[in-house]
Amino acid sequence: MGKEYETVIGLEVHVELATKTKIFCGCSTAFGGAPNTHTCPVCTGMPGTLPVLNRRVLEYAVSVGLAVNCEITRVCQFDRKNYFYPDNPQNYQISQLYLPVCRNGFVEIETDGGGKKIGIHEIHMEEDAGKLLHDEWEDCTLVDYNRSGVPLIEIVSEPDMRNAQEVIAYLEKLRVMIQYLGASDCKLQEGSMRADVNLSVREAGTDTFGTRTEMKNLNSFKAITRAIAAERERQIDLLESGAEVMQETRRWDDAKGCSYAMRSKEDAQDYRYFPDPDLPPVRIDDAWLERLRAGLPEFQAEKAARYRAQYGIPDYDIAIITASRHMADLFEETVALGSEAKKVSNWLMGETMRLLKEQEKDPGDIAFSPAHLAKLIAMTDAGEINGAAAKETFAAVFEQDADPARYVEEHGLKIAGDPDALRRVLEEVIAANPQSVADYRGGKEKAVGFLVGQTMKAMKGKADPALVNRMLKEIL
Amino acid sequence: MRPMDMTAVELGTAIREREITAPEALQAVFAEIDRKEERLHCYITLDREGAVRRAEAVQKKIDAGELTGPLAGVPLAVKDNLCTAGMLTTCASRILGNFVPSYTAEAVRRLEEGGMVLIGKTNMDEFAMGSTTETSAYGPTGNPWNAAHVPGGSSGGSAAAVAAGECFLALGSDTGGSVRQPASFCGVVGMKPTYGSISRYGLIAYGSSLDQIGPLCRDVRDCAAVLEQIVCHDTKDATSVKRNDTDFTAALAEGIAGMRIGIPRDYMTEGLCEEVREPVLAAAEVLREKGASVEPFDLGLVEYAVPAYYTIAAAEASSNLERFDGVKYGYRAGDCTGLHEMYRKTRSEGFGEEVKRRIMLGSFVLSSGYYDAYYLKALRVRTLIREAFDEAFASYDIILAPAAPTTAPMRGKSLQDPIRMYLGDIYTISANLAGLPGISVPCGRDGKGLPVGMQLIGDRFSEKKLLRAAYAYESARGAFGICEEVR
Amino acid sequence: MSVNRITDETIEYIGILAKLALSDAQKEQAKEDMGRMLDYIDKLNELDTGDAAPLSHVSAPENVFREDAVTNGDERDALLANAPGEKDGMYVVPRTFA
Repeated sequence: MGKEYETVIGLEVHVELATKTKIFCGCSTAFGGAPNTHTCPVCTGMPGTLPVLNRRVLEYAVSVGLAVNCEITRVCQFDRKNYFYPDNPQNYQISQLYLPVCRNGFVEIETDGGGKKIGIHEIHMEEDAGKLLHDEWEDCTLVDYNRSGVPLIEIVSEPDMRNAQEVIAYLEKLRVMIQYLGASDCKLQEGSMRADVNLSVREAGTDTFGTRTEMKNLNSFKAITRAIAAERERQIDLLESGAEVMQETRRWDDAKGCSYAMRSKEDAQDYRYFPDPDLPPVRIDDAWLERLRAGLPEFQAEKAARYRAQYGIPDYDIAIITASRHMADLFEETVALGSEAKKVSNWLMGETMRLLKEQEKDPGDIAFSPAHLAKLIAMTDAGEINGAAAKETFAAVFEQDADPARYVEEHGLKIAGDPDALRRVLEEVIAANPQSVADYRGGKEKAVGFLVGQTMKAMKGKADPALVNRMLKEIL
Repeated sequence: MRPMDMTAVELGTAIREREITAPEALQAVFAEIDRKEERLHCYITLDREGAVRRAEAVQKKIDAGELTGPLAGVPLAVKDNLCTAGMLTTCASRILGNFVPSYTAEAVRRLEEGGMVLIGKTNMDEFAMGSTTETSAYGPTGNPWNAAHVPGGSSGGSAAAVAAGECFLALGSDTGGSVRQPASFCGVVGMKPTYGSISRYGLIAYGSSLDQIGPLCRDVRDCAAVLEQIVCHDTKDATSVKRNDTDFTAALAEGIAGMRIGIPRDYMTEGLCEEVREPVLAAAEVLREKGASVEPFDLGLVEYAVPAYYTIAAAEASSNLERFDGVKYGYRAGDCTGLHEMYRKTRSEGFGEEVKRRIMLGSFVLSSGYYDAYYLKALRVRTLIREAFDEAFASYDIILAPAAPTTAPMRGKSLQDPIRMYLGDIYTISANLAGLPGISVPCGRDGKGLPVGMQLIGDRFSEKKLLRAAYAYESARGAFGICEEVR
Repeated sequence: MSVNRITDETIEYIGILAKLALSDAQKEQAKEDMGRMLDYIDKLNELDTGDAAPLSHVSAPENVFREDAVTNGDERDALLANAPGEKDGMYVVPRTFA
């Protein structure tokens, strides 16, 4: 040993776009349908059928391109990528090679190593493939084309990353940006964002690239980090032993913590790309481009700066809230309904994040309305419910967007509002606990706590402990 | 007049005027089919029972005043590469031997909507790859004027059916001349409109940038009438164009005074058979007498059209035909141990020799290392060819040419030498490369009595001019007639 | 004699790309046919195409789009009716996983 190696990483990120319909036909993209119930003659490759481009797909692709500082190709075109596989009903995928919709962009990332620009080589539009299921019973494969034709964009970076931390920062940046655009929910686990890692190693100090491999099937940031470490090590071992790295596609097995080559002698890897004659070129004129540019949202950095100025909540809160446009929108809408910013922030950062984590969801999944959160905060402010009841009520708001007033009513969580009723209970408690009363009067301040507890018990929790405390002291 | 002596438009009029009903017209067609089909084999699928039901339903709508179009009640035949819901659609290939689509090609749908009665699917070269209808997996079709000769192709079944009176009107498709050449060989009118004019939705693709549906008809008026119904923008086909100049019938009578007609000198060379040259030039003379100016000119690039065409068509075909793999529909080979063996066996057993030849050529010209040298080169030549036509249309309204260098050859003589067969397309393929409209009109017969066709090619969207000229010629020529008895 | 000599390897390779299995006799025939055809296509090289742009689409309509609205219902049964192999609403193929 002794040689120092540098890892060179480029990413191919596939993002499933949040359109209602597929890229080339009017089939739904909704998840969860029974197999092949979201298919038609077009997306199952029936003879004589033709593709027609979904306008929204192009608009999303251009918007993402603008967000990552790309040049937009004014006349872009679709190409056919030819290869036989049963998940690909035409045996060609409609994609873009020669004139992709966006080129030459970049995003800026922050890591422990400081700020860095990651170049975007291109973004192209393409169609997703169907799903293959293995049938163990009959030893065959079953094909479901519900996902066939779901629109994707592929974002191809330059080989500008050097370690897993940069890769994760880059992916996070893309994810937040694309979620802000509403172009995708970008969930790695569910496959709506998929990253293939192109990795090579070279001796530190050299500036030629080594032979790279492409790693597929990376379903989490953890898997990406592990795969990068393993592939770096595998390639260094090869080079150290005098062998060569093969340019190939490899599949990561996260359970085993290793990868294997996906080659087969029936795959020539010669895709014979050529312009799809069924899809005429698409022209993007200035007016359209300007409309799309004007429609770009306020992104995370700008939003964070505004929150700092407008709401005066801590940077830590701002970072978490603005990491999701959905959460940020929820925050702003709740504040707009009259809630105090910090209190809204506390609910989002505290209970909301806790429940999301517990249920393995992300902020994009939050389903409750700002009105209900605002109402809950108002009820707490008014002393109508105590902390424990508020937490319980919030869980119901979080789960089913319950109306907090109704929930509190139905579950009898309201603090008793009748002071005479409370006074009667207090008098009963005092009468039943002469020793404690004596202790308190004798100077033992702590004895009052026991009396408060007894009162709360008698009230079945529906009393404000602070009020009980105050009234007890008055009586005594 | 017997129904079989009527044109489609005449029959439509007779039906509207209650002189004959749609079911009666259908029976007249069936009678011709019974007399001739055994020798000609125009059809792959005949759906007599379904046609009777459809004719009765159409007649009810005509009686109720719901269908008033010029072709309502007229029987229709459709090339077997046009999808028809519930009716076998084979592309004359074994690989689609059992394929029944759940959807109907837009052009067919529009004709049925107008009240035409679909009777069956006509024979063709497998996947429209051929010029003789001999590559059909279901046997060849005979030329009605002499059954020992081919009807041309690839829409040979459609052309022969119209010529033999086995239907009044048929749809074909034209990728390199597949409507105009069989029209010429069978003595009927065949037209390929401007690329994008008729929706390709439901047309099983051969060369997508070249394919265009076209009608085969008894006369030019029928051709105008059917085009009026099927030339229409379709949101299901992204290459479909919007047009508002589709009143073709009204244009027929406008005459051709002052029309400038050019005849490419480079088409009238030694490759052209004398028995074709003479009637074509005589037809040109008729047009001159009718008021057009006719002169020869140099078109240029003629010898490059065939190699450019076969490169592009084969490339597109190799990709278009990938979907035939035994997974979703059609033939699947038995006894396969794995996926790739299933693909290979299915396709090798399912496709015929000519189709495989073109798939292999197409795969090669698109493959890594050859794409630029072959495929891109051909696309650049295509640009030059289009420019040569643009230049010609700056001086001429119409280009007049033969539809094919010869009359219909004997059966069994063409397939041994593919390149020679491909050269037979020399006068028709340029219109496909440049997306231009072309029409073939019968203009004479050779010594054996086989028809000769004159072709008129126009600039994009100049169908009206072509129809006017064709109609003026046809009116001067007089009736060509259908074939009474198959020889 | 053909200028473009297609080798056995090329035919083998095209068989993989196009998913065709050819007998030895068919391979010989394919080699000859393709060689002759390529010789013929080589004629295009006589022509200086200069900076002519490749013409891949002859009709250039205005941008053609679909709007993003669901128009298709469940057509599964009609589509699967043509499938050579069907199980549980899916298309059956020989196993693809190793």
